[in-house]
Amino acid sequence: MLHIKCPHCGMRSQNEFSYGGDATVKRPELNKEVTDQDWNNFVYNRKSLRGKHLELWQHLSGCRQWIKVERDTATHEIFRTLKANEDNS
Amino acid sequence: MDQSYRLSDVGLINRDKKLSFKFNGKTYYGYEGDTLASALIANGVHLIGRSFKYHRPRGFFGAGVDEPYAIVQLYRNGETEPNIKATEQELFEGLEATSVNCWPSVNFDIGAINNFFKMFLPAGFYYKTFMWPKSFWYKVYEPFIRKAAGLGVASTKHDKERYEHKYEYCDLLIAGSGPSGLASAYAAAKNGARVILAEDKARHGGTLLTSDANIGNQSGKEWADGIISELKEMPNVVVKNRSQVFGYYDHNMLVMSERISDHLPQTKKYHPKQRLWYIRAKEVLISSGSIERPIVFGNNDTPGVMLSSAAKEYLKVYGVLVGRNPLIFTNNDSGYETAIEFKKKGVEPIILDTRKDPQSEVVDEAKNLGINIKFSYVVVAAQGYKKVKSADIAKISDDKEQLGTVENIKCDCICVSGFWTPTIHLASQSGNKTKFNEDIDAFVPGTSKQNETTLGAANGTYTLEETLKSSFETGHELSKKITNNNNEISFPNVVEKKSTTHDKFWCVPLPEGKNYKRFLDFQNDVAVSDVEIALKEGYRSIEHVKRYTTLGMATDQGKTSNLNGLQLVSNIENKVVPNVGHTTFRPPYTPVSIGAIVGREVGKHSKPTRKSPMHSWHEKNNAVFVDAGVWLRPRYYKQGNENLFEGSKREAKNVRTNVGVCDVTTLGKIDIKGPDAAELLNRVYTNAWLKLPVGKARYGVMLREDGIVMDDGTTTRISENHYHMTTTTAQAANVLSHLEYYLQLVWPELNVNVVSTTEQWAGAAVAGPKSRDLLQKLFPNSDVSNEGLPFMGYMEGDLFGVKARIFRISFSGELAYEVNVESDNGNFMWKKIMEVGQQFKIQPYGTEALSTLRIEMGHVAGSELDGRTIPYDNSLEGLLSKKKDFIGKRSLTREAFVAEDRQKVVGVVPLDKKTSIPEGSHLVKDSNAPLPNPKLGYISASCWSVEHDNPFSLAILKDGKNMIGEKLFVMSPVKNKVIPVEIVSSHYVDPKGERVRS
Ligand SMILES: [Zn+2]
Repeated sequence: MLHIKCPHCGMRSQNEFSYGGDATVKRPELNKEVTDQDWNNFVYNRKSLRGKHLELWQHLSGCRQWIKVERDTATHEIFRTLKANEDNS
Repeated sequence: MDQSYRLSDVGLINRDKKLSFKFNGKTYYGYEGDTLASALIANGVHLIGRSFKYHRPRGFFGAGVDEPYAIVQLYRNGETEPNIKATEQELFEGLEATSVNCWPSVNFDIGAINNFFKMFLPAGFYYKTFMWPKSFWYKVYEPFIRKAAGLGVASTKHDKERYEHKYEYCDLLIAGSGPSGLASAYAAAKNGARVILAEDKARHGGTLLTSDANIGNQSGKEWADGIISELKEMPNVVVKNRSQVFGYYDHNMLVMSERISDHLPQTKKYHPKQRLWYIRAKEVLISSGSIERPIVFGNNDTPGVMLSSAAKEYLKVYGVLVGRNPLIFTNNDSGYETAIEFKKKGVEPIILDTRKDPQSEVVDEAKNLGINIKFSYVVVAAQGYKKVKSADIAKISDDKEQLGTVENIKCDCICVSGFWTPTIHLASQSGNKTKFNEDIDAFVPGTSKQNETTLGAANGTYTLEETLKSSFETGHELSKKITNNNNEISFPNVVEKKSTTHDKFWCVPLPEGKNYKRFLDFQNDVAVSDVEIALKEGYRSIEHVKRYTTLGMATDQGKTSNLNGLQLVSNIENKVVPNVGHTTFRPPYTPVSIGAIVGREVGKHSKPTRKSPMHSWHEKNNAVFVDAGVWLRPRYYKQGNENLFEGSKREAKNVRTNVGVCDVTTLGKIDIKGPDAAELLNRVYTNAWLKLPVGKARYGVMLREDGIVMDDGTTTRISENHYHMTTTTAQAANVLSHLEYYLQLVWPELNVNVVSTTEQWAGAAVAGPKSRDLLQKLFPNSDVSNEGLPFMGYMEGDLFGVKARIFRISFSGELAYEVNVESDNGNFMWKKIMEVGQQFKIQPYGTEALSTLRIEMGHVAGSELDGRTIPYDNSLEGLLSKKKDFIGKRSLTREAFVAEDRQKVVGVVPLDKKTSIPEGSHLVKDSNAPLPNPKLGYISASCWSVEHDNPFSLAILKDGKNMIGEKLFVMSPVKNKVIPVEIVSSHYVDPKGERVRS
């Protein structure tokens, strides 16, 4: 079980969180033209990375905040965690 | 004779407490502190079971967790448990055990016929032979194999025992309380670190219990006892025995199973049988020791052949002789230590040493004691069937290839030592890259991936002094980093005999003309010849060899067989062991009972049960409950002998004619506040929300980004910036997360707060033509007329002094209202509604009537909004705004979603107006078409229409728009039904929706 440092609450066990997928995916803006390909990429296409992956988790049984977690998908090493509004660059 | 192999002056058992027990129906005696194994050996019992494949007789091979043979079926306090290791099971008064894998009995075993045909049962036999013909599998092969093979029998009864889970955090978790575990725990504890010290056996001390070394002028055991009692006094230390750390998971999370009551005749009141610990440790010290390796020789599975360390443990810990004429077969000094202990107790052992001329203090002591030692000698084969009677031995050439003349000598046990294999399972599980250590011919931990350090014998360190030194130091240094304390402790003086190097010899060649089975894996009967066949047949990867031959796949997980298997593969392949590599170690290290893994989450506790504030009223009024997610909801209120069908029909009919009340507390409720609340709703719902006036409710549908309907419900504008959203019972949690996702990540600029208020409000739906009359009586001071409170209107009211929210919304299609009060007042509200409603013939109705009412109205719900349908499929396309964007809108232009013959919800009525239609059935055009019959749609929900008094169903049907009036067939292969039906509108009652507005 992973140990995830919620930027709001501190170190918590994985079972307090739920997974939310790739954190680098940006939703196309509302009321803007979106090509089929762009929309398809946004809704369906995800890279299955081996290695560093920036992903979303929600601290469901804690502060309920969505957070960003930089994790190695092969080793499960967590490099850093960020608040939703923190820049991941 | 009673315990004739028990010595009177040695052992750690409690001779004041004699215990009786039964094995295979016969009564024996042992002492408190015995294991089942030691007590049986004390009584001269060595035949325990039969092997898995050949049904060869099985005795004891080890004295602990590594035991491959002595698996029994245990009976305790009216319960039975399979696959218990006799070497681990502690003796208690009244214990009963039987052999497994023996039929009809351990002494006469029909399956042993396999042994005579063993030439027909080589590696992969099951794969090859039982493949063909297919029909033979069910009738012949499987029943035979099931009867003849397999270990114990699982109980089919409900387990009455209690199992617990515990979560714990610590600075250092130390797995194993042998010398390295004790030393590191002591040093860390002295530095104030929070330490958990776990020992799988009942006694702490590990090898110190059998060693004759001295630590600080005390025997090893005395020193261990001292350390343990000091540790137990310290508030920062948890000392656990009978506790196996069996799994090492991510981020230093380890799992340990504590056997709290297994050693007692029955579990004490309020105690669990076992407890599973989830431990998150800052640092993990693995002090799991090492396991002696066997040397492979002919018939090396005969009862009486066992590890020399086990023989020593039986003698020194339990005061039991495993034999009176022991033959010690060794390639290192450890065998001598066992021989010396025998000799000291007046037993005359013979040592066969594969080495030519070893020189060490240990060897010298054996020589000085006058023990008969034969150098450059090997055991060629054990003789005897159910117990060793003699051994064929021979001199072996220096290159270990040629055997001299084979002689036969009498003996009643053969104690084998092929040197030591570090127990690296936990380290390997942690992700540690293990490496091969040439000096000890075994893998040891290499580079750590997590915060883990392996100490002592588990790390390949086999001298006590070195072990203690490095363990004190490691415990001290790691704890210093965590606590910043630096309490030096003095290192005790260690006196131990020095050993010399071992001989890399591990497998005795076969003598000319002999074809003895030489076993590698004792539980699964994998012999040298099996691995040879696998390699001949082209298997190369050790993982494939393992699965093809079943080497190391039994319940002992190859603890004693692993390395010799690797040796063999590398010999044949002309490789070295490290290049062959070992198979992956996976948790659990030892079998863990399913009960412990499940813990308290069984039966009613397997999930939380949520009850509405009105639950006790429902109970008192004969509600029959149904699980709705985690909620318990009344399905119907039983009157007299009514069944579900009759009861729900009565309730639904009463709603259509008079008035009914339904507990709708379970609906998800989300409070939404903020200046941008309307904008949020406008984006998540498909319809327009910016112009909803205060005091009005609106029905809305929300989609996922892929265009699939996620949920529906009504949202009411309570005040300028305050909305009350309802969701379906099932989606309540998902919808909240969904809103939080968009507010926190996608549109953080929106100034809105959302919070779940599901449990804050109790809700009652009051539905039926007389509902307004009832409401007027409940709220005499409010104007609930059609003008005062129109359809989709909202107001606050005073319910006999209790503040209430009144929504004019309808799920049943009748004139209806929903009344919400704070949860604490739920019961009060309900009773008032029932009391005042009497004059209008009110009846409560449950979920079944609720379903009936919504189905015949054609109101879609969870069975249609099933995660596969878009708004059009549910005839909700009228709710799709063309003017604004919303979540999922872009997906609705997908080709399949706009196809001309797109599926749509329709009504289905059986032609005979009698036959009920099973939910989940398929709709087809021709019931006699050849299979696979093209499926046009499926039945999503069925009811008995109370309005029309005949069956009615909803279906999602291909080209549903153009199918009204068509005649099709409903087919249910599951229920074996074919029903001719007519497709009708999904709005079977009040298609214009006049009642809700009346
Ligand atoms: Zn948090």
